[in-house]
Amino acid sequence: MEPILEVRNLSISFTQYGRGTRQVLLPVIRDLSLAVAPGQVVAVVGSSGSGKSLLAHGILGILPYNSHMAGEISFLGQPLTPRRAAAVRGKEIVLVPQGVTYLDPLMKVGPQLRKGRRDQSARTASRAVLERYGLGADTEERYPFELSGGMARRVLIATAAAETPRLVIVDEPTPGLDARAARRVLGHFRELADGGAGVLLITHDLELALTIAHRVAVFYAGETVEEADAADFAAGRLRHPYTRALWDALPQNGFIPISGAQPGPGEVGEGCPFASRCPKGRPECMGPVAYRELDGGLVRCLYPEGGEQP
Amino acid sequence: MSLEAKQLTFGYRRKGKEPVLDHIDLTLEPGERLGLLGPSGRGKTTLCKLLAGYEKPDSGTVLVDGKPLKEYRGICPVQMIWQHPETAVDPLMKLGDTLKEGGPVEEGLLEALHIQPAWLERYPTELSGGELQRFCIARALRPGVRYLLCDEVSAMLDLITQAQIWTFLLDQAEKRSLGLVIVSHNSPLMEKLCTRMQTLA
Repeated sequence: MEPILEVRNLSISFTQYGRGTRQVLLPVIRDLSLAVAPGQVVAVVGSSGSGKSLLAHGILGILPYNSHMAGEISFLGQPLTPRRAAAVRGKEIVLVPQGVTYLDPLMKVGPQLRKGRRDQSARTASRAVLERYGLGADTEERYPFELSGGMARRVLIATAAAETPRLVIVDEPTPGLDARAARRVLGHFRELADGGAGVLLITHDLELALTIAHRVAVFYAGETVEEADAADFAAGRLRHPYTRALWDALPQNGFIPISGAQPGPGEVGEGCPFASRCPKGRPECMGPVAYRELDGGLVRCLYPEGGEQP
Repeated sequence: MSLEAKQLTFGYRRKGKEPVLDHIDLTLEPGERLGLLGPSGRGKTTLCKLLAGYEKPDSGTVLVDGKPLKEYRGICPVQMIWQHPETAVDPLMKLGDTLKEGGPVEEGLLEALHIQPAWLERYPTELSGGELQRFCIARALRPGVRYLLCDEVSAMLDLITQAQIWTFLLDQAEKRSLGLVIVSHNSPLMEKLCTRMQTLA
């Protein structure tokens, strides 16, 4: 099946001013690859502040002016050029953003859902989409500040589902929700996928991602280090030592911390960014490491678990 | 020897609203790790703010070792660590200065928290949430502090940082025989950490 979205070797960097007028190039995403098929939920899991939200903005073509993007993005088999991104965003590609701050604070929910249209069919459609997410008709008459956290999240999903998107990009959907509300919200994304759309879920929460995702891409210090089936986690079929460390750090799996911290943008050399914390790190890990297929998944490691030596 | 909340009632002043906390009792002994459970909006953070003295209850009292909290002078023996560390530090101050807000830092604490010396010269926007949270913990761990209130302190952190920070906090709690109040929506985490649970209905 042809993937809805395919991202190959994406990099995003920012030009910033250092001391005085000297410009510094800050690479935030260095090498990110993934694919989303129809009906599939693909999660990108990485720690907060690691720059994974930029992936969403890069696909939509809404990065700020001081950024540079390189690599290939194709949508439905065609390259996603800036012009094409502008044409499909909000229609075929929709974003469910992180928080209520993405809603217009001065506009009631109803008109925001209808995007300015006032005809009867738009009204019927907005009513229907609110109902689908368990929101009453009175929600249309509310301003964003009158919504609770969970309601706001559902309104954001409703704005996305009001169109018939092919690709839904979801950015950190669960912070601030309790476990039951979070599961319900994630269930809505699974429904969108079951309807045939591709869902790209960007999150820091591995555990919640595993509850709905089919595939999981693990993002570390600007790179995707592993892509695996969600089932590989519980089965212990993990490839990259970082993924293993993440899994072992779950409270129910041993709660084992490894030492050190993730390097920030600009602090990474040419080699594997995890090498300094890796139990299997060797001198040759400081050289280039290719992203390659292994056992039904992808891994960027010279000495992956369960893999023969290269 | 305990942290006691007696019949705490508190409401944010809005017309016709029920109080957030209605006659809540809570007791915490040193060395205990009490988990606070309850869905969003039930007043878990509000209760922490009352226990640490950031808000005053409409009625009821908070006692630390038998003495009302408001009679303590100097550094409060009950310290709170917040969910969003970026809102708990001064954005215009270098983190080294932020640390000194609480007085001199004990030796070995920065190393144990994996705080790199270079971070002391940085501003909050130049560090990640997990790095900032380490500073907030170092700042709260003063010799006179007896109770720590941990309000979703690891919710925004990646799993490895979460495990690092909790391993450190549990170790310190044992060494200093601190009492901990722990708020989290993550039930496996709560089961791992807490010696006792209390639900806010």
